[in-house]
Amino acid sequence: MFGKLSWAAIPFDQPIPLITSLVMIAVILAMLAWITIRGFWPYLWREWITSVDHKRIGVMYCVLAMVMLIRGFSDAILMRSQQALALHSAGFLPPEHFDQIFSAHGTIMIFFVAMTFMIGLMNFAVPLQLGIRDVAFPTFNSVSLWLTASAVLLVNMSLFIGEFAQTGWLVYPPLSELKFSPGVGVDYYLWAIQISGIGTLLTGINFVTTILKVRAPGMALTHMPIFCWTALAANLLIVAAFPILTATLGMLLLDRYLGLHFFTTTLGGNPMMYVNLIWAWGHPEVYILILPAFGIFTEVISTFSGKPVFGYRSMIAATMAICILSFMVWLHHFFTMGAGADVNGFFGIMTMIIAVPTGVKVFNWLFTMWGGRVRFEVPMLWALAFIVTFLIGGMTGVLLAVPPADFVLHNSLFLVAHFHNVAIGGVLFGAFAGYTYWFPKAFGFRLDDRLGRAAFWFWVIGFYVAFMPLYVLGLDGMTRRMQHYDVAAWQPWLIVAAGGAALILCGIGCQVAQLVLSIRKRDSLRDRTAGGLQLRRPAECHRPRSLLGYEAEGDRATPPHGLAGLQAHRTAAQQSHRICRSFLCRCDRLRAHLAYLVDGGCRPHWRVRDVRRFRLARSFRIRIAGRRTGEDRS
Amino acid sequence: MRLNSWVAPALLFFPLAGCGGVLDPHGPVGVSEKLILTDSLAIMLAIVVPLILATIGFAWWFRASNKRATYLPNWDFSGHLELIVWAIPTLVIIFLGGIAWFGSHALDPYKALASKAKPVEVEVVSLDWKWLFIYQNEGIATVNQLVVPVGTPLHFRLTSSGVMNSFFVPQLGSQIYTMAGMTSQVSLEADEVGTYPGLSAQFSGEGFADMHFDVRALPPDAYAKWVASQKAAGPTLDRATYAALEKPSENIRPTFYKAVDPALFDAIVQETAPVAPGADGGPGGQDQPTPKKGM
Amino acid sequence: MPAAELARIDHERRQARVALVEGREPGITPVKYSEPAEHGAHKRGPGVEVGARNQGPAPKRIVTGYGFWIFLLSDFILFSGFYAAYAVLSHATAGGPTPGKLFNLRTVAIETAFLLISSFVCGMATLASNARNMLWTQIGYCVTGVLGLGFLILEFSEFGRMLAEGAGPGRSAFLSAFFALVGLHGLHVTVGLLWLGTMMAQFWAKGFRADVLRRGMCFALFWHALDIIWVGIFTNVYLLGTSP
Repeated sequence: MFGKLSWAAIPFDQPIPLITSLVMIAVILAMLAWITIRGFWPYLWREWITSVDHKRIGVMYCVLAMVMLIRGFSDAILMRSQQALALHSAGFLPPEHFDQIFSAHGTIMIFFVAMTFMIGLMNFAVPLQLGIRDVAFPTFNSVSLWLTASAVLLVNMSLFIGEFAQTGWLVYPPLSELKFSPGVGVDYYLWAIQISGIGTLLTGINFVTTILKVRAPGMALTHMPIFCWTALAANLLIVAAFPILTATLGMLLLDRYLGLHFFTTTLGGNPMMYVNLIWAWGHPEVYILILPAFGIFTEVISTFSGKPVFGYRSMIAATMAICILSFMVWLHHFFTMGAGADVNGFFGIMTMIIAVPTGVKVFNWLFTMWGGRVRFEVPMLWALAFIVTFLIGGMTGVLLAVPPADFVLHNSLFLVAHFHNVAIGGVLFGAFAGYTYWFPKAFGFRLDDRLGRAAFWFWVIGFYVAFMPLYVLGLDGMTRRMQHYDVAAWQPWLIVAAGGAALILCGIGCQVAQLVLSIRKRDSLRDRTAGGLQLRRPAECHRPRSLLGYEAEGDRATPPHGLAGLQAHRTAAQQSHRICRSFLCRCDRLRAHLAYLVDGGCRPHWRVRDVRRFRLARSFRIRIAGRRTGEDRS
Repeated sequence: MRLNSWVAPALLFFPLAGCGGVLDPHGPVGVSEKLILTDSLAIMLAIVVPLILATIGFAWWFRASNKRATYLPNWDFSGHLELIVWAIPTLVIIFLGGIAWFGSHALDPYKALASKAKPVEVEVVSLDWKWLFIYQNEGIATVNQLVVPVGTPLHFRLTSSGVMNSFFVPQLGSQIYTMAGMTSQVSLEADEVGTYPGLSAQFSGEGFADMHFDVRALPPDAYAKWVASQKAAGPTLDRATYAALEKPSENIRPTFYKAVDPALFDAIVQETAPVAPGADGGPGGQDQPTPKKGM
Repeated sequence: MPAAELARIDHERRQARVALVEGREPGITPVKYSEPAEHGAHKRGPGVEVGARNQGPAPKRIVTGYGFWIFLLSDFILFSGFYAAYAVLSHATAGGPTPGKLFNLRTVAIETAFLLISSFVCGMATLASNARNMLWTQIGYCVTGVLGLGFLILEFSEFGRMLAEGAGPGRSAFLSAFFALVGLHGLHVTVGLLWLGTMMAQFWAKGFRADVLRRGMCFALFWHALDIIWVGIFTNVYLLGTSP
């Protein structure tokens, strides 16, 4: 009656997944119990679970991403440890387990950490930056979040019921066909990705419509912050690429469940077609991940250099060029499949062409810093580390784009080092920068600075220590996904790499501690000018505008009289309409206010007298976002 | 400040010759590929290293506490700079694109190597989880060991009995995927006597890590002697033996066959040889040998 | 809170907002939108300022239609994935039935006629709903549904025939791709018919309300898009498959 479900599906004989699952279940039950005992369910249900507010949804996406980062990183630690130990030995992870771990690691990191983080940050910031109340389809937004969460649930369930895929994160056939993977692992993967793929597609539709059709009055497309442009490009890519993923995985599902022959080795199936289709999605996917990160860095670099972004139009052109070109390079993921010299050469050249707009962006960031007043706050540190790291990663990418070079480096640890270089250095650093940058905007208090810096250094140093040896190993001939090996020369490098992973673990520890500590002492971290909206061109005022307010720069604006009316509105609304009282929703007042301002016609230059408007805006936010002694809180 | 940014380029320059990998090639294909790799790396480093220095330099010089730095809060556009900024990457990419195009054609796996010697034809089958090498002209076969003459082009025709693999000998050059139901090709050559490790570079399941083999390059006369000795004694590789070989097994020691069915490789490609049985057991994991009527 | 108090606060609020916008609030300077002529010295990019001034969020009807249209584009890409698979696998018949032997062009022609006419009738129904004519709206939708149902019945009977002949989707890669592509379209038509039934009920129960009209517009877009896809399938799968 239960199909393949039986007691044998629970890994009683495998200590590691068993203990991990039990711990996970215990933690979840403890949390649920705590929530129940403290009576938080009505609040959680009303304010968070059923919320369609983009800020809340953005926060939940980011929380999901951070939780899954821990799961994905545990997989990474296991892999590095196994490989550090497994010279002439089987290590401590048998192959069927190791194979699940690296497959789960890739799946989780791409789909449930990187995507969710970027979508969360876009959810939070884009409507605020566009000066609007919410996205075009708020209910769909919530649906997207919960579809993604369901997929996360599935993937985590595979830890204690059944197994996960043992095929790598893209489940190539024929290995992933029923014949070679008869277990439930690939099924878990397929269902989870199909479900979350629908959620992501809805997000894409939502944001494209929002950015193109629901902007504040007076905000032309060329008045949008660069983050909105990169969000637009990324969501266009989502709309165009995710259906390909749905189709391809759908075909694999049909093969497995109904015995069709899309990718089987018999009766005409064509596994090469799967490789083509999945990478036709897969390459735009990585640009979906990196483009919002580029946008975040543009915002951060501009803010913490005290200058508007250099070459705004050029940045737009580069972003849209990357968007379009990302669909024309997919074959570089399988040069070695034997497509022939002409095809390989074409795609190699296209891949290099896409490096041009990326290089242009780097130059623009550098020139944004030129002539600025650079403040080394934590988001700016992430941005600087990103530029350096991404340059290296991009360089190795261009190397791999030369087909003859790829012939000897494909699927080696050199490749692994390259994509971690750009994914961690680009996407993850961008997520951390955005998280630190916009946290005060979301919650009204800053994150602890020292722990932030500690986390940063652990991460950056840990990253280099963990992945530079992999470049060496790739050149040495070590291929990826090896559960054990017998070349003694490889082991020292793998031990160093494991050490790097340990450093990154410290970094993650610092970030967890940072969050906990910041919440604990949030009163002392209240941010007076929670900003970061990066409205176009705020910097013609002649003081460097610290929209984030790490240094208040002596600004002690007292709220003018005119606020009293708006204040009364807030009180009245709260009392009569029962709107949520959280800090998040209070930002709506500000946004409505800004919409009034913008309504007069947003121009590319804010003149000096407009400084007062900012002061007003900030002080208004002071009123609503925090407690100030001596202020009338009617 | 950012010392670790120096580590990466330094490591990449670290002399790895003699370490037995991609940077230690022993064949013309590998040598060309290494040349392309190092040339491309040099060109890219010429761009990337100054940019990294500029990043750190700009950030440091224009730090807020530096009163000597000029503050240009309104400087956000310069046509000349934009031109240069778009031109530099474009020119570099045009150059590298040329390398990519001509390199792709020169090192195309389907292209035969120019040589006076007659190529050795080897048919390669990737099985779960071992490699089968069939010497087409010599009529012998080996498992997990490839013995070849030095200075002679080796022409491989490859296929797979089931899942995708990738035939790769890092010190000889290009790898190529092996796929069921079709043949791929690659041409390599060993220029020096020695033993070169080979492996599969495409993950294929549980026994993947043990799917390595050795390529022994012998002087031509030693090779001829070896072939003769192989033909003298040993098992024969016919359909039945192949069927037994096809069953999943890991960590196979090198095996040698004195004779091989000449039509075996083509049969494997056509999948008229026994088809790979696939993974063990599991509900729903049974092989579907014949198409059932209707579904 | 007493209603009078509420009204007073609301009134004050409105006054404050008006004062804000009109610039009567102290400490606030309203932003004046300056024409390009005022800023002659400043560089203007091509076509940026005046023409591109945004009027604000679009009306709900447009936003809904735009979003649905983007969804339809993504649906086209979903179909194109299966299309690509069909194109690659169209000759992989594995010794089994080929398109020429399999397809009955007469049935396909009737199916096409059904779908095309239903699209036309759906357009008529949309016009009727624009004219707020309940009778013709319902008649139009009903005929659309009947024709769509006829299409589905014909298609399923074709599938049944093929299955009975042993040319099911598991027979060869070509058949897998065929059944998947045409089946996906049929699935969309089925969902469309369910939606159509719902729309008829909603029009009947709620009348020509704005949101019901929006949904009707989306349905019409969906139905026409399915027609377009069918034209593609009909041409590339059936006609090209059976051409000598």
